[in-house]
Amino acid sequence: MELAAENILRKPSVVIEPGKGLFQIDLIALWRYRELLYFLVWRDVLIRYKQTAIGVCWAVLQPLVTMLIFTLVFSNFANIPSDGKPYPVFAFAALLPWNCFSQALQRSGSSLVGNANLITKIYFPRLLIPMAASVSPVVDLFFSFIVLLAMMLWYGILPTWGLLALPLFVALAMLSALAVGLWLTTLNVKYRDVGHIIPFLIQVWMYASPVAYPVSIVPEKWRLFYSLNPMVGVIEGFRWAILGAQRPDWMVLVVSSTVVVALLLGGLVYFKHMEQTFADII
Amino acid sequence: MSNCAISVENISKKYQISSGKQRHDTFRDLLAERLCSVFRRNGSGSSGPTSFWALQDVSFKIGQGQIVGIIGQNGAGKSTLMKILSRITQPTLGRAEINGRVGSLLEVGTGFHPELSGRENIFLNGAIIGMSKAEIRRHFDAIVDFAEVEKFIDMPVKRYSSGMYVRLAFAVAAYLEPEVLLVDEVLSVGDAAFQKKCLGKIEDAAKGGRTVVFISHNMTAINSLCERVIWVDSGKVVEDGSAAETVKSYLAKSVKSLDLCEEVWHDPGEAPGNDMVRLHRVRVRRQDGSLSDPLTMQTPFLTEVECWNMIAGAHLHITLHLYNAEGVIAFTTASLEGDRPMPAGLFRCVCSFPGELLNSGQHRFVVLVVKDSNSVICKHESRVSFDIIDVRERQGAYFGREPGVVQPVLKWTTEYLS
Repeated sequence: MELAAENILRKPSVVIEPGKGLFQIDLIALWRYRELLYFLVWRDVLIRYKQTAIGVCWAVLQPLVTMLIFTLVFSNFANIPSDGKPYPVFAFAALLPWNCFSQALQRSGSSLVGNANLITKIYFPRLLIPMAASVSPVVDLFFSFIVLLAMMLWYGILPTWGLLALPLFVALAMLSALAVGLWLTTLNVKYRDVGHIIPFLIQVWMYASPVAYPVSIVPEKWRLFYSLNPMVGVIEGFRWAILGAQRPDWMVLVVSSTVVVALLLGGLVYFKHMEQTFADII
Repeated sequence: MSNCAISVENISKKYQISSGKQRHDTFRDLLAERLCSVFRRNGSGSSGPTSFWALQDVSFKIGQGQIVGIIGQNGAGKSTLMKILSRITQPTLGRAEINGRVGSLLEVGTGFHPELSGRENIFLNGAIIGMSKAEIRRHFDAIVDFAEVEKFIDMPVKRYSSGMYVRLAFAVAAYLEPEVLLVDEVLSVGDAAFQKKCLGKIEDAAKGGRTVVFISHNMTAINSLCERVIWVDSGKVVEDGSAAETVKSYLAKSVKSLDLCEEVWHDPGEAPGNDMVRLHRVRVRRQDGSLSDPLTMQTPFLTEVECWNMIAGAHLHITLHLYNAEGVIAFTTASLEGDRPMPAGLFRCVCSFPGELLNSGQHRFVVLVVKDSNSVICKHESRVSFDIIDVRERQGAYFGREPGVVQPVLKWTTEYLS
């Protein structure tokens, strides 16, 4: 049976030529290497918690501590409103997708350079590297989600049917991270400056997203411009799905998704264009 | 051509070498360069990026099931060729076609992560070099067995000894079963016993009908494993033919076996020595007189020492101390063949070394002139050095250098006693 499967998947002949055309993504090759994608994600998750005393608890502890600090600073000191919800849950519901996104962006942005030893020694579709890097934080998200459920129980917040839409918002966050990560990681191969830009970018991006504050405090006339940031749609979606907050504006979601798709397509073209030179200049 | 596994047509690869630093450019460099080029446009556009061709117009075809060696000196383009065939980098010009599933091993243990355990690394590395999860599972026990690391399989590989690490890395690779296998110099890992197992695996792969292309600097391995050898030099195919022929011409052309085969002093005033004796010449040459052919372990060769004797009637003889690359004296030998008073003037002592005596490697001499068989009147560390190379075709699977300073061929007999 296995042999039969291998025969079907085997590409009988490989043609090696100087690259032609701008946009040719070999979906068949990506599919053939899907197991490697799995192993790369598996590796990232494993090594993250190797030789740590509390292991995967870090995935929970980090957003939890951030949430406590936010509650203290933004809710108690600065009196930032939270749309009538308990601020800790309000912040935590945003920190889940935000942490996931920022991790994915951070890892995918430096993924090619971090895997230079693979790129110069073996062939596989290079796209798998940033893809794996953007997917692996979802595992952390899963663990902190359990904590969120406990918090909802504590505050007596009942889950709604909106919860079923969560995977869509997670996917949007991942795609956003991949879209930007593709640009950054490709640039990083040639210009190591990108490595210094990423932490700064993430910091700025967090303040440009409604993590610590509600969208409602953003002036109405700036809303459309504001929603060019895809994380606005994602975080709004999370709060809606978890807390039963106001349903995100369709317009916001459409704008966010369009931005993501445009960035992603552009990133793919740029990535594929540069891919052939990775091994030579990395 | 249906039975053609690899066909390479006019492959060329150009690399850019910018003047000065070119790796890991920063935006600052980019800006600086742009600015400079604005000014340069007016003046003489000199130090722009230059390019060099790592490969030029390389073409060959390899049939299914052939086992082909690629030889050439460092920087000749062998590894670039491998990188192109394994699709790591793209050719600048030309085209290549490979029929069948390709597996390439440019390095063993690609993607090994020090924090992961041996077990985890087997799966990770297996997946990276192109094995499916099912395949890895199927071979898992055999891999662990081959690497001899059963006891440590759940320990992070960062705690492995370097020997264990390399064995595990090679073991995974050994179970990669593609139709076309591309191997860069990976045979030089591990100890002798492990190398034997590895080369056995390569031989098995070839016997199993797979096509194998491998790079090696080990001429013994090349001679014994390959039927065909491609010699690459300066990015071009110099010769492509039977292993024996190609290796022979490669060695004759490229291995400077007699690095410095002669030291001569024309002026006795400058020669090493004193007022009793002066050296004139120290020379090593093949017995058959050929100058281009290298010294192999089988080649008989001569060592000549010429001296000016300043004192008529002196009793002199020459002693040679032969050193190997490790600085060990292999042996000493002296010209004690007929002790008699020597006339003043130039004399020459010749020592003939039989083939099948010395081990392979670099050798050099210390020349002593001894008076009355008891006092050293001149000691000279000769700069003459020569490399004895090993090109024996061997039956066994071990192609490394045997230990020992000498490697004589001795007579053996075996009797059956029961």
